Amino acid sequence: MIAVCTLSELPPGEAHRLDVNPPITVFHTEEGEIYAIDDTCTHQDASLADGWLEGCEVECPLHASRFNLRTGRVDAPPAKLPVRTHEVHVIEDTIYVQVSEATPNLPPGAMAGQLGGES
Amino acid sequence: MTTLCIVGGSLAGLSTARALRNQGYDGRLVLVGEEHHRPYDRPPLSKAFLAGKLDVADLSLECEDEDLGLDWRLGVRAIGLDSTSRAVLLDSGESVHADGLVIATGSTARTLAAGHGLDGLHVLRTLDDALSLRDDLTGRPSLVVVGGGFIGSEIASTARALGLEVTLVSGGREPLRAQLGSFASVVSDLHADHGVRVISDAMVNGFTGAGRVDGVVLDDGRRLQADRVVLGIGAVPNTDFLLGSDVEVDDGVVCGMNGSTSVPGVVAVGDCAAWFDPVVGHYSRVEHWTGARERAAIAATTLLSGGTAPLPRLRAPYFWSDLYDVRLQFAGHPELADSVTLESGSIDDRSFLAVYRREGVAVAALAMNHTKPFTAIRRTLVSGHEAATRSMQGASA
Repeated sequence: MIAVCTLSELPPGEAHRLDVNPPITVFHTEEGEIYAIDDTCTHQDASLADGWLEGCEVECPLHASRFNLRTGRVDAPPAKLPVRTHEVHVIEDTIYVQVSEATPNLPPGAMAGQLGGES
Repeated sequence: MTTLCIVGGSLAGLSTARALRNQGYDGRLVLVGEEHHRPYDRPPLSKAFLAGKLDVADLSLECEDEDLGLDWRLGVRAIGLDSTSRAVLLDSGESVHADGLVIATGSTARTLAAGHGLDGLHVLRTLDDALSLRDDLTGRPSLVVVGGGFIGSEIASTARALGLEVTLVSGGREPLRAQLGSFASVVSDLHADHGVRVISDAMVNGFTGAGRVDGVVLDDGRRLQADRVVLGIGAVPNTDFLLGSDVEVDDGVVCGMNGSTSVPGVVAVGDCAAWFDPVVGHYSRVEHWTGARERAAIAATTLLSGGTAPLPRLRAPYFWSDLYDVRLQFAGHPELADSVTLESGSIDDRSFLAVYRREGVAVAALAMNHTKPFTAIRRTLVSGHEAATRSMQGASA
């Protein structure tokens, strides 16, 4: 498991990006839920941590595909593939992420670039 | 309704088909597309696709397991519309009778008559255009790009990254001046830094070359040597097939705020449609990707409800561009603004957010490599537009 930050460092409505490979973002929704998904949009290299968080969904800041934080599913083009979701644990005020062992759906540009590297 | 027909097989047409199914329409749905290709994404054609970083399969707009139950008619063109019987006449000789019609025919790249028939002279609108241009840029020919808009600057940027010698000819004072105002100078600096020669305030008079283009002649008599030329000089809406029908066309199909046209049971969406924009008080074609996608759902609702459904709030117009290593994003209605301020970052670093305001309320925003703060301000723009509309109505009352 990776220690992300403390609860007080991630207020509702905020996102925290983990610089792992590929990057993962932890979202704290306005409703108080905490979710972790792959940070990179499956359509093109964009960080979902910079996106528009609304309810249990985050909208890609570039081309407006929306990903469900709970399931990783995408509901609008141009993205066609889901992002991975990761298990979140909160232990004594610290947020931890258990990284999924599934294969990430990285965008075509990022596959050839720095993201697809040694992970 | 038992048969609906969508004329146009690109983003607006496919998005409307999806929206119709999502909204419960389960009847026959015919989709007519002039191109032979299944729906594909156009924005990468001037960027990652032209650069060879994406292939044709990457551009597909359909998901692998998606089945909308469409009756596809690809590679056929609509050539007429009988608005009384709502029949679309196709160039295959067939006609499709439908209870409701969606016009999503998009637009066609503008060309110059002087260059007709010359090899090495390109436009970039369709996948076939992009394939042909991509092939023709191998071997690093010298390239002249004509056009002061986004397509021109994007092609110049991509071609430069491929190692070509590039000249960009802009009709205005500098490229993107009309779109970005004084911030266009940032893009001019980017072109200069990357070694693209920009020629401003210039119009193209003609071309030289026998069979194959070898030069561009400007209106001041200058001749620019060119192995290849791309024209990025705008697009005209594909509405010719509506001539003689009752569907009102001006610059695009004239539509209300919900996509309804002058003919009941006919809606229009995407680049070919000029919806009434209450924020600026006139009809305008919004030739942006997000406009085509977001308005498709509204047009579908209008068609299925007979135009009686309440209007949802439309998001502020939004577009993006990728030029060199800069990600540019723009949203809102800058024409409403009485002030522009640099909100954060630095222009010299090409990383900044600028916010356009009217009476202190944000109405538009421009960002370069500043995605997160841009998203935050973009969320507030709709209410800014409502305030601006109220203030303008107050001023004219």
